[in-house]
Amino acid sequence: MQLPVLNDASSHAEHGKKGGCEASSCGTTETQMDAIPDSIREKIQNHPCYSEDAHHYFARMHVAVAPACNIQCHYCNRKYDCSNESRPGVVSELLTPDQAVKKTMAVAANIPQMTVLGIAGPGDPLANPERTFETFRRLSEEAPDIKLCVSTNGLALPDAVEELAKHNIDHVTITINCVDPEIGAKIYPWIFWKNRRITGVKGAKILIEQQQKGLEMLIAKGILVKVNSVMIPGVNDQHLAEVSRVVKAKGAFLHNVMPLISEPEHGTFYGVMGQRGPTPEELQDLQDSCSGDMNMMRHCRQCRADAVGMLGEDRGDEFSLDKIEDMDIDYPAAMEKRKVIHQAIQAEMDSKRLEKTAKAEQQKQQPKLITRPVLMAVATSGQGVINLHFGHAKEFLIYEASPEGVRFISHRKADQYCGGDSTCGDGESTLQLTIRALAGCEAVLCSKIGYEPWEMLEAAGIAPNGEHALEPIEEAVLAVYKEMAVAGKLDDVPESVRAVA
Amino acid sequence: MAVKIIESCVNCFACAPVCPSKAIYEAKPHFLVDSKKCTECEGDFPVFQCASICPIEGAILDSLGLAINPPGSLTGIPP
Repeated sequence: MQLPVLNDASSHAEHGKKGGCEASSCGTTETQMDAIPDSIREKIQNHPCYSEDAHHYFARMHVAVAPACNIQCHYCNRKYDCSNESRPGVVSELLTPDQAVKKTMAVAANIPQMTVLGIAGPGDPLANPERTFETFRRLSEEAPDIKLCVSTNGLALPDAVEELAKHNIDHVTITINCVDPEIGAKIYPWIFWKNRRITGVKGAKILIEQQQKGLEMLIAKGILVKVNSVMIPGVNDQHLAEVSRVVKAKGAFLHNVMPLISEPEHGTFYGVMGQRGPTPEELQDLQDSCSGDMNMMRHCRQCRADAVGMLGEDRGDEFSLDKIEDMDIDYPAAMEKRKVIHQAIQAEMDSKRLEKTAKAEQQKQQPKLITRPVLMAVATSGQGVINLHFGHAKEFLIYEASPEGVRFISHRKADQYCGGDSTCGDGESTLQLTIRALAGCEAVLCSKIGYEPWEMLEAAGIAPNGEHALEPIEEAVLAVYKEMAVAGKLDDVPESVRAVA
Repeated sequence: MAVKIIESCVNCFACAPVCPSKAIYEAKPHFLVDSKKCTECEGDFPVFQCASICPIEGAILDSLGLAINPPGSLTGIPP
């Protein structure tokens, strides 16, 4: 079976009648979702990782049952015992399958919005087939209302496809950083393959072949495949457009490009050797060229392998082994409660989606502005409204406002993976780092903001704005954009546009 | 004749399932090798299986007490 390709021109034509915000790219997921066949849309519309608006309502969790790995990546350090960081490959407590099932059910009962359970490490889930599949088998029997997904480096994938299909796992993520072994050798120093450690180009070639074979086999089985790529400037940044083309042609429904995380203190090869990650602008350019309009993963938070909660938050501490030991979970009862809550959330999401469509229609009727696009940062703790104090924001959502409407671009971390300390190694304060993370933005919208950051933001050319507290994000961003237009702040229109006007 | 796992082991479980003699077992604070069972893979494989998948340089020693994966050999980070 060949799954349709998202950015394929013919599939666009086929689904030409788009939702209301077609022209506006209004930051909702309607346009993205409408290009997708119903069978896939049904599977992903409530998945916090795949749907931008669903991630405001639904939560996910990872269980760390898979410690072993069969390859080495230069962005990974296998000494994964740090509890103060939030990034892939890091966990604080390894679980047995039995503990993982218990934890999942405890979380599901206490956080009914949790709809998705993933196994993502800390090693490679498919290099730990017994532990991974035991967990999936038991959960699909004992907690059938939870969606299951898995991510893998792909080396052992072809051998696992049959088993994955058996457990009714409908999403698999493969991390594919290259399709060229020469580039692969700069990312993967070795793989363990057929009882040997194989280094360099030879190892990378085998890994790439296995990834591509696994991708084809999953598609043939009708299992949804997302491809993750880590953008490594100077190594694979030029190459990822080719990766995108190859994996989409084979039927991957999403290609998610993520920035390299490489701090020297992480002890990874790239971190120690000074390989830098991409700037927000470089990342956005590549994501735009790889995903086109399908910016469905711009809210990806690069979760750690034992994350629990809404994207961007981690409530793992509430469900440590000793705490779940004392919890008595009546899962059938919890499942009833979950069903009611999921229906209520669905109703709210549906009505919000309709509301947005109607507003976008209205927007289309109004005279079009001829002004340049502007990036704005938003502080929110969820529900799609501006409801977070500037100083409490660990991350900001970045929106672009333009005459076409408002569109969600990405999120940017404010604390850059630092835990607690007010100063960082290089002497910059958290506030300075935050302001640096907001580079390129011209306004920041939050519920409240202190005097000191207000002054520093203004000095940095970013207008602080606390006037739209508790308003829906897109509406507030548009309102601020219009204010800027009226105030004449957007008059530097590019030549080309002026000529048309 | 046996290999030895030392304290730099990070308990990643990778070695135990690949051992042809089932000589590796989970222990605190780290995995250990049963020296009576370890055959150094002789007769089964031309290379140490545990040391061929171990991601940590210096964590597994040969019978002479030397690191099978010396510093720099796996991560590429110069020692």
